[in-house]
Amino acid sequence: MMSRADRTVLSEWWWTVDRLLLGSLLVLMMVGIVLCLAASPPVAARLGIADPFHFVDRQVMFLIPAIFVLFGTSFLQPRTIRRICVVVFAVFLVLLFATLVLGPEVKGARRWLNLAGVTVQPSEFLKPAFVVLAAWLFSESGKRPEMPAQLLAIALLGSVLLPLVMQPDFGQTTLVCLVWGALFFLAGLRWIWMVGLAGAGASGLLIAYKFVPHVTKRIDRFLDPASGDTYQVDTALESFRHGGWLGQGPGEGTVKRILPDGHTDFVFAVAAEEFGIILCLILLALFAFIILRSLNRALKEQDPFSRFAATGLAMLFGLQASINMAVNVHLMPAKGMTLPFISYGGSSLISLAFGMGMLLALSRSRPGAAAMAALSEPMQPPKSGVLATPVEIPHAEAA
Amino acid sequence: MTPSFSIPAPLAKAGRLLGRAGAATGRVLGRMGGVAGLFLLDLLWRMVRAVGMAFYGILRWIVLRIYRLCRWFVMRAIGLVLFSYHASIFIVRGLFGLDRVDQETVARARLKLIILAFSLVFVAIAGRLTILALTSDPNGTRGGGSEAVASARPDIVDRNGDVIAIDVRSPSLFAEPKRLIDPDETLEGLLKVLPDLDVAEVRARLNSGKGFAWLKREITPAQQRAIYRLGFPGIGFVRENRRIYPDGPTFSHVLGNVNVDNQGIAGLEKYVDNRGLAELHLAGLATDRQQEPVALAMDSRVQHALRDELLKARDKFKAKAAMGLVTNVRTGEVVSMVSLPDFDPNQSGDPRDNAHLNRLTTGVFEMGSTFKSLSFAMALDSGKVTLGSSFDARGALSFGRFAIHDFHAEGRVLSVPEIYIYSSNVGTAKMVLSLGVEAHKAFLRKMGQLDRLRTELPESAEPIVPRRWGEVNSATIAFGHGIAVAPLQAVMAVNSMVNGGYLIPPTFMKRSEEEAMQVATRVLKPETSDKMRYLLRLNVEKGSGKSANVPGYNVGAKTGTAEKVVNGRYAHNKLLTSFTAVFPMEKPQYLLLVMLDEPQPTPETHGYATSGWNAAPTAGKIVERIAPMLNVAPRQTPLNSDQMLRDIGQKVADRR
Repeated sequence: MMSRADRTVLSEWWWTVDRLLLGSLLVLMMVGIVLCLAASPPVAARLGIADPFHFVDRQVMFLIPAIFVLFGTSFLQPRTIRRICVVVFAVFLVLLFATLVLGPEVKGARRWLNLAGVTVQPSEFLKPAFVVLAAWLFSESGKRPEMPAQLLAIALLGSVLLPLVMQPDFGQTTLVCLVWGALFFLAGLRWIWMVGLAGAGASGLLIAYKFVPHVTKRIDRFLDPASGDTYQVDTALESFRHGGWLGQGPGEGTVKRILPDGHTDFVFAVAAEEFGIILCLILLALFAFIILRSLNRALKEQDPFSRFAATGLAMLFGLQASINMAVNVHLMPAKGMTLPFISYGGSSLISLAFGMGMLLALSRSRPGAAAMAALSEPMQPPKSGVLATPVEIPHAEAA
Repeated sequence: MTPSFSIPAPLAKAGRLLGRAGAATGRVLGRMGGVAGLFLLDLLWRMVRAVGMAFYGILRWIVLRIYRLCRWFVMRAIGLVLFSYHASIFIVRGLFGLDRVDQETVARARLKLIILAFSLVFVAIAGRLTILALTSDPNGTRGGGSEAVASARPDIVDRNGDVIAIDVRSPSLFAEPKRLIDPDETLEGLLKVLPDLDVAEVRARLNSGKGFAWLKREITPAQQRAIYRLGFPGIGFVRENRRIYPDGPTFSHVLGNVNVDNQGIAGLEKYVDNRGLAELHLAGLATDRQQEPVALAMDSRVQHALRDELLKARDKFKAKAAMGLVTNVRTGEVVSMVSLPDFDPNQSGDPRDNAHLNRLTTGVFEMGSTFKSLSFAMALDSGKVTLGSSFDARGALSFGRFAIHDFHAEGRVLSVPEIYIYSSNVGTAKMVLSLGVEAHKAFLRKMGQLDRLRTELPESAEPIVPRRWGEVNSATIAFGHGIAVAPLQAVMAVNSMVNGGYLIPPTFMKRSEEEAMQVATRVLKPETSDKMRYLLRLNVEKGSGKSANVPGYNVGAKTGTAEKVVNGRYAHNKLLTSFTAVFPMEKPQYLLLVMLDEPQPTPETHGYATSGWNAAPTAGKIVERIAPMLNVAPRQTPLNSDQMLRDIGQKVADRR
């Protein structure tokens, strides 16, 4: 094992990174593969793909780069993260606009781009970068009130919302808005503003309900199941009931054969049918652990940027997971939201690994880093060599 | 707290006043009566005062206690409210960061709120999951089990309870082509066990790549075991119900048959489905349900005997088809019904095949002289014609270019019974025409000969009735030409002539006489029925039905020979012979109809092919065989038609 005395990059990473969080994420990925084995063969059969494990193969194929991204990102320093995010944000914002023109229309929406044979969903990669940038702007607004950081944050939101609404992708829009609102809230938004924002959100939803037919349908169906076709949700609920506490056993599920999107949006229901609701509760506990632990670490964080970014990333992850699970158990109207690391999807897997890698990087224990940053950053940005070993600083101060 | 006995001032004052008043009373009493009364009064007063003070003390103690308790509670409640108010303000300000001390504190407080919100969401999802688990039904199946593929049917039994149709569960072979490893090898193995498989079709099915494909329905258990031992993956069995008819073709037309999914497609099987079984099947409830057997009016012993004799007769006279029908004249029950050629309902055949035609209900025929009975019944029932009336049967009856001749012309004036036993066409036509065309039409409609007869059998045929019905039509219809009806329909009418005048719709289901009477309509006077029975019996004694005179059973009968229409003309050598026999004549119970389609003359019949030479002896043999089965006791003394004639007069007199 590595010694605490080692001062190599790897050793420092090992002793400062949140190993429990990292472990939970890896467990989640493994569970994702197992559930993909259960949920995707019927979908492959329905789509007429000869190989029943087509989706499993692709998921494993994407998992390898995803793990590299996860580990690689977790080595980064907060400032590097910020810089990378600016680049990523710029690139994928351009791609996001490109989907509106170049993207093929799938089920009435243009969300995907075909880049060199790989189908990419730019909004997936844009999300974590957007959250980091918004967190930076909000943290700056506290530190340097003279900078119009909040206005910039509003502009940032606008630049992302415009293409998302045009795609249209209401799931991602909601997610982005919620995380952005939460960050604004954390940054000390006045209550009167908060009411205003909530009002704007509600009216936005109302407008969507009024003028976008499929949003109308989904909400109507949730409120009054008799008003329309609730086949997907009914089937999902039947999966849970059929599974019971202990499930039917691996490969023994039958409802999954008729459950639409069983490998993506409704993988949770398939998990319940085959492995039982006890596994669902364990999965829920795993998600809860990851989210609450990340938020808890953010609470203890000294540096405002790290705290905001970690909170934002944890919320992005947590909202997506809880909305997906809530939809699966019919606590919410149906919404196209995947279960992080569990649902099938290459873009989403790598983007999640990127986001969670940043979260790991930001939640690394850096005692005194905030004070250091507060003192040193505005005056003269220290060379990266100095900040590369942040653990030494408190010792130096103490001495 | 000890009770206090101190007296409050107002009460003491009142006491003193009372005491003074008591003393005054005492003085008055003393003055009036003595010291003893005064002493007693004083004692009473003291006791009252002591009790009152004790009560007062206890009351005061209780009130005080309650007051102090209430005060304590109120103070605590106020304290609690104040405390929670302060606490909530503290919590809200803390959590929402209202104090705005500095950004970091605010952010921390609000982050805690977010953590709280997430925790609540997780608890809600966990709660919902628990509810779903508690209401789960892991054993519930979707889309029903595979057992529902072929549905169960009720057994069908004859009138004595003998099974004539039954369900047997047998395995069916299917493949899951997707799971096959090597379709060709599988096919090879299957062919060893089932050599009669259609190779090309099964190969196509095995290579279809589908999730499910039938290979062979209804295989034997031995074949199932053999295929099971082959050990191929992707091959499976479903147990299905298969319909078995133990009597083979005996009941073919009556029972009809079922398709491969065990649904009735013809005959009474279809009727059973239409009674609600089809709905049960759709709902998936008919599976393996113990269902009440359907009891028919048919008698399988009679059916066997009838079919046996008809087969012999068909072979002997080289007839194209032979038909037989036995009905109970009092209940309308069809006891036996055979139409040859027939088919084996156990084998699936082509329903367009000639053998699948039930000639007795689905075929319509010009019944020939059998129909004359109707004409006689009409004439006698009208009252204008009696057994003593006579009609001129000399020569032919001509209508323009048509001329009606008699087959065995007597060339004289014939009485009504003579017309009947010589089967005179001219006499019958004249008799009917004397009553008028409209009356004839109305009578035939009343007897149900002009409308389609509906029974439990789904197959039925509309009679062929002349569109323009003039005198010439009535004249020919009088002796059974120019109108074509289903034989069962004609039998229903003949039944009414011998059962006392009731038209009873025929049924294949068991029915008692009382039940029959509820659906019966009176169409003839009872004495008409008596006269018809006399005529029928007379015809056996002296007329064309002699060869059916089975000793002991007192048969009454009418022959019928109709010429078939070939290329729009009546062909003299293509006959449809029929014979209607009723027994026992003294109190008719059963009617037997035998029909032969195009019987050929044989050396024994001296070149004749008319009814009296083929249908009549066949009917005689049948009566001989079936009468004992039907519990008709043979009589030692033959019934004399003259005696019957005398009885009619007596009966008429009795009824008056």
